[in-house]
Amino acid sequence: MTDKVLALVTGASRGIGRAVAERLARTGHKVIGTATSESGAAAIREALQAIDPANDGIVLNIADAAQTAEALKAFLDQHGTPEVVVNNAGITRDNLFLRMSDEEWEAVINTNLSGVFRVCKAMVKPMLKQKSGAIVNVSSIIGTTGNAGQANYAAAKAGLEGFTRSLAQEVASRNITVNCVAPGFIKTDMTDVLPEAQKEAILATVPCKRLGQAEEIAAAVAFLASSDAKYITGQTIHVNGGMNMG
Amino acid sequence: MSNIEERVKKIVCEQLGVKEEDVKASSSFVDDLGADSLDTVELVMALEEEFETEIPDEDAEKLTTVQEAIDYIVANL
Repeated sequence: MTDKVLALVTGASRGIGRAVAERLARTGHKVIGTATSESGAAAIREALQAIDPANDGIVLNIADAAQTAEALKAFLDQHGTPEVVVNNAGITRDNLFLRMSDEEWEAVINTNLSGVFRVCKAMVKPMLKQKSGAIVNVSSIIGTTGNAGQANYAAAKAGLEGFTRSLAQEVASRNITVNCVAPGFIKTDMTDVLPEAQKEAILATVPCKRLGQAEEIAAAVAFLASSDAKYITGQTIHVNGGMNMG
Repeated sequence: MSNIEERVKKIVCEQLGVKEEDVKASSSFVDDLGADSLDTVELVMALEEEFETEIPDEDAEKLTTVQEAIDYIVANL
């Protein structure tokens, strides 16, 4: 038995998800992190069990409705209802709009937007019974500003923020909060692949004059997941070094 | 049958925070007992748990009164 707070973090094998999972694991949470592959799940297991053997990594592919339903049912059966759900898993398929294929459009919408719908669908019902919970969705500054070459990603992230506000209204009276954290330009595998010239162009627009660290996103996620944030719901916290000040 | 009726009424009282004497067979969850749409969803969830059954969404939407809920449980248990 454990008195730790149960947290589910999707896309936890690297980048922001990894930082979130480790931060929660170090601050009183039992964390189950997900990855799309067995090797990713094993990497999460190794990293999180170094903090506490109760943590675990599981395979979850939120792009696949049937697999998601099955994996999350197994998660609920084994661990019970989580207090914290962090929807972090996401992909990019960048291309200029004129060259963007249907497949690129649909892949990003399916994972980054419909995937969150699927995870919430499985989790909100037990959370309603529990009458408490915090859902934190990892959005992006791109959902607010748009970005050339990321029409699919921007649409999915803007959609995610609208979804968040709607779900937040539906479950607020049951002591469940739903919020977004919108990272700016953070040093991860996702941004490492950008060409040097593009990175410099982006950095020139960041008043803090540096890339953000995944841990700085994790700190905001952890706050929204904590009992200190119970009166905050339907919001998007921007963590972007001043890159966009709304 | 009466047992089921009592159990359904007990759950309605618990979920909607209403007094037992106010819950009649003909009571509408929304119009008479003050349930909002989320209350009705939670009520169905509680009935599913109590009677260890699954109530599909398309059936759940038709359960608007205490009697309809009792009839449904009797017919499907």
